[in-house]
Amino acid sequence: MNGLWTALLGLGDQLAAHVLLSAAAIALGIAVALPLAVWASQSEKVARASLAFASLVQTIPALALLALFFPILLSLRAVFGEGLPTLGFLPALLALALYALLPILRNAVTAQANLDPGVIEAAEGVGMSFRQRLWLVEAPLSAPYIMAGIRTAAVWTIGAATLATTIGQKSLGDPIFAGLQTQNWVLVLAGCIASAGLALVADTLLGLIERGFRERRRRLWLGGLVAVSLGVGAALFAQFGGSEDDDRIVIGAKGFSEQYILARLIGQRLEAEGFAVEYRDGLGSAVAHSAAASGDVDVYVDYTGTIWANQMKRTDSLPREAMYDELVAWETENTGMRVLGRLGFENAYGLAVPQERANMSGLQSIEDLARVAPQLTIGGDPEFFERPEWIAVRDAYGLRFGEKRNFSPTFMYNALVSGEAHVIGAYTSDGRIEADNLAILADPKGAFPNYDAIILLSPAAGRNAALVAALEPLVDAIDVGAMREANYSVDREEDKLSFDEAARRLAARAGL
Amino acid sequence: MTSTERPALSFCDIAKSYGATCAVDGVSLEIPRGQFVALVGASGSGKSTLLKTVNRLVEPSSGRVLFDEPYVAEMPLPSLRRRIGYVFQSIGLFPHMSVAENIAIGPRLAGERLASGRIDELLELVELPSEMAGRMPDALSGGQRQRVGVARALAGSPELLLMDEPFGALDPVTRDALGERVRALHAELGLTTILVTHDMAEALLLADRVLVMDAGRIVADELPEALVAGEGGEIAQSLVAVPRHQAERLKELSK
Repeated sequence: MNGLWTALLGLGDQLAAHVLLSAAAIALGIAVALPLAVWASQSEKVARASLAFASLVQTIPALALLALFFPILLSLRAVFGEGLPTLGFLPALLALALYALLPILRNAVTAQANLDPGVIEAAEGVGMSFRQRLWLVEAPLSAPYIMAGIRTAAVWTIGAATLATTIGQKSLGDPIFAGLQTQNWVLVLAGCIASAGLALVADTLLGLIERGFRERRRRLWLGGLVAVSLGVGAALFAQFGGSEDDDRIVIGAKGFSEQYILARLIGQRLEAEGFAVEYRDGLGSAVAHSAAASGDVDVYVDYTGTIWANQMKRTDSLPREAMYDELVAWETENTGMRVLGRLGFENAYGLAVPQERANMSGLQSIEDLARVAPQLTIGGDPEFFERPEWIAVRDAYGLRFGEKRNFSPTFMYNALVSGEAHVIGAYTSDGRIEADNLAILADPKGAFPNYDAIILLSPAAGRNAALVAALEPLVDAIDVGAMREANYSVDREEDKLSFDEAARRLAARAGL
Repeated sequence: MTSTERPALSFCDIAKSYGATCAVDGVSLEIPRGQFVALVGASGSGKSTLLKTVNRLVEPSSGRVLFDEPYVAEMPLPSLRRRIGYVFQSIGLFPHMSVAENIAIGPRLAGERLASGRIDELLELVELPSEMAGRMPDALSGGQRQRVGVARALAGSPELLLMDEPFGALDPVTRDALGERVRALHAELGLTTILVTHDMAEALLLADRVLVMDAGRIVADELPEALVAGEGGEIAQSLVAVPRHQAERLKELSK
């Protein structure tokens, strides 16, 4: 219970960001839906087309809609220039506003269609212009219905805004995604309680406004409106009140434990040197790289093999040093990012088997595995079997397994222990390799590329001498044993450490 | 023609069709100032459509309406409608406005504030107590609502009053009382009034002149006395026959 309180109280920043994002998206939704509804009342065609469009948007899963705005905005850079943000607030705002459109539009159109024709005839009969009819008659009579639509939109938007975390926008989704990744249910629960609570509060206040409109009680809707404005105002102040915001160093992290810990490790060092920091957690892999290239994120940790395959689109394999040098040169030339150096450990893909089975069957390398593979089941994370690395290894050793199964990373290790999988595509810095007593099979043909962890700085951060000086001690400071221990301390079922604590212990062990 | 004899309203060859259906089929007509005209006919005869060409709730397909000289289609719509009082069957009080706000809406649109004394005066004209001013429409009876509707139509001091089946939804007692009241107001305020109704008895008792419409044309244009005396042709007489028959039966009953 205590942990839950602490987690909830630590969510102030996320709550403020969540409120602002949701409020902005609903406001934009209203700004688009209402004029559209007025237009729709003039033309059956517009009514049908706009409602069909809004319904269509609604059928796209919210997560996909958010993700789609990344390529859309990226292509719009051709028009608006390189300064157009492709991650974070803008795409989240646009996707959520689209999502909020339907309930507002539908209620507004329905309200207008159901207005008493006698009242409309009277409005014309007393000589109202179109504009006067709209403001003096149609708007006040439709207001309660439109407000009901806004309420629905608000509840949806606040829920869907938790997904904005995945495109690099801070929200109450941060603790949910972080908690899911590490099976820290207290964090998940805290995020859920906070966002559900926010939705309830918003629903109640907007309900007050709706009732005020319906019963024509000015005090009621004015009160609701003031309360909503105060809430949004407080969030604005919390977010931007603390003046020196532009100097903050934004530290990015992809959505797994090691990344969260390393982000804290970097953050703690920077804070000790007097920098103000901010975390962007749970970023997708491609998202993290482009966020740093565009300067939305100042510093994050990536892996050589990932950039090699995904950003550089290379399929060949080079020796470790040559690969690193090419990568550094490529980043300098193509993104302007600075590769500060290697952290000192590798988080590669490797094929892992339980030590006992390795001993029993005499498995030491992937070559040994290839001989018995047809009798075995291999497990991998959902993307593993699609990745070029797997295809390269499979072809290099002629691997043909009896069965292939997908697991989420956490359950994959459980599957190996319980025997549902005999071999898994594991991450070599994962703490569970030691904890579960697994053996990583040797790769004599070098088919798996190198995955050295490297520190990447955005172009601006790379020119910041004080920042570079503060981070340089991290280079070559962390060996794979230390990283595995830190990962295990947050991944294990019992006695989990927080990311902050794990990062502090990792720093101590590395002598930083 | 001297100015006093100039008609308040002239219809010149008005026609209105909706697709293949012809609602009004070439009507020419002059209505002198101060006259109370009833426009009678069965449903679908085109009487409402003809009425609405005056305040341009309906734009005629051809022909034109002259209101006090100017061509109606050339007058700015808001000011045209504010010069014409309009009362219709579904009343159309604005449900989110009080009685006083409903009455004052026309002048408000023109940028004037109606003094509360004027609202009391208008309420008095339609025989409603001044306490009604603060009520909302849903707190009124049907008859009271239509009285407010009439007061609203008179608020801008119009010269012309158009009434489209104004008493159609009212109970007979209210209907009779309000009809009498409107007839008296017509005289008091020096209005020119056109009343559309399907009730020949109402037309005969209230109007100075009765026009009978059928299939978009005016088929009779008579004084009430002449209609009662059997003039006006077959269609007009078939409409007069209804109240006449009722009156005869009542007379028999009272014997």
